[in-house]
Amino acid sequence: MPKWFLRAAVVCAVMFVLSPFVIANADYESTMGLVQKIFYYHMPSAWMFLVAGIVCGVASVRFLISGDPRHDRTAWAAAEMAVIFGVVTLVTGPLWARRAWGTYWVWDARTTSSLVQWMVAWAYLILRRYGGPGSDKLAAGLALFGVANVGFIYISVNYWRTIHPATTVVPKLPFTMGFPLWYCVASFTLLFVLLLKMRIRLEEQRATLDSLYLSLDEQH
Amino acid sequence: MIRLAWLILRKDLTVEVRSGEIAYTTLFFAVTCVLVFAFALVREGRPPEDGAAGILWIAIAFAGNLALGRAFERERQAETLRALLLAPTPRPAVYLGKLLGIVVLLAGTEAILVPLIALLFQAQLLAHPFWLSAILAAGTIGFAAVGTLFAAMLVRARSRDVLLPVLLYPITVPVIIAGVRGTAALLQPQFEGDIVRFWFALLIAFDAVFVTLSLWTFESVMTD
Repeated sequence: MPKWFLRAAVVCAVMFVLSPFVIANADYESTMGLVQKIFYYHMPSAWMFLVAGIVCGVASVRFLISGDPRHDRTAWAAAEMAVIFGVVTLVTGPLWARRAWGTYWVWDARTTSSLVQWMVAWAYLILRRYGGPGSDKLAAGLALFGVANVGFIYISVNYWRTIHPATTVVPKLPFTMGFPLWYCVASFTLLFVLLLKMRIRLEEQRATLDSLYLSLDEQH
Repeated sequence: MIRLAWLILRKDLTVEVRSGEIAYTTLFFAVTCVLVFAFALVREGRPPEDGAAGILWIAIAFAGNLALGRAFERERQAETLRALLLAPTPRPAVYLGKLLGIVVLLAGTEAILVPLIALLFQAQLLAHPFWLSAILAAGTIGFAAVGTLFAAMLVRARSRDVLLPVLLYPITVPVIIAGVRGTAALLQPQFEGDIVRFWFALLIAFDAVFVTLSLWTFESVMTD
């Protein structure tokens, strides 16, 4: 592991331990009260969920073009990140929605496209796990289609019906609410980078171990 | 390239006409699906409102999955896929030929499904035949474009039978949404042209993007 990793991990842990206090000190939103504070974890994890999907898609395309296994390892790690941050997003979202919209789940553009993106990430992992040899290229193809798909789902459901708050509210937040939000965004971004790095390193070690085994077999 | 795709399509259709294996099983399965829905949803002779469009597309999606799996399984068992890929043809032509074969097969299935659903669910499916066939054609091409690529990719994978629907359905969600909404708009008492045109345009855009992507990806995933 590089030297910065441990330091960054400590910083990330401290930031997450402090985050409840930062969020507790934020102003109450006038209509929703306490429930609105879920938003400080929901939105950063949703962003990381989206970033993970983009990283996975871009790495997959580069893998399809170059065939370099490094991109494949990045794509695999990113797909796992998408599933993890997707769980946080999809659990915190309905908790907030129960209070804000009066129901846990609504088939609106953002919720639907998030759910489908999450399912594509699962499908990617299932394919990697059970697809057998050659599944790396198939999974890269799937990731490419998954990324192209999100736009279509978004447009289709948006035309159908939408009630999710737009992201345009974010720059307009007052400082007392904006600071906790950006603090959480920074914490989640750091966590994302650390987990991704750790996961890629695990795959690198596996690849090294495999090649060592192979060379050992050749010698005997 | 078009000529090569046509040759592959003709080969697939000839095999199909002689054996009838995929056509009969797919059709029978699709009809069974519709009957299951009829038993589950029609109460005292009254079908659920707005249900016909959804049932039509579910039946197409299920039957399509079956046909896609089978179409490549046959090639794999006879080792003919390797021959097809070894032939001095551009890979996209192989993809295109296979895609057209699946589309023709599904079109045949739809020709039986539409009157059956119209009858069992008392839906005015045949009120706008032009728009219905346009939406069905665009939706089927989109569904089959993704399906043909995935089925071809999975030919050599382990547990391909379960993996195909797992991969196919999340990716084809927009086709199902647009197909169902577009068909449902046709069933309204007043014809809502704008809505139908929007869904049709979305399906065409989906087809264009996914066929292009598939043609590009087919080359790299089938090489090894």
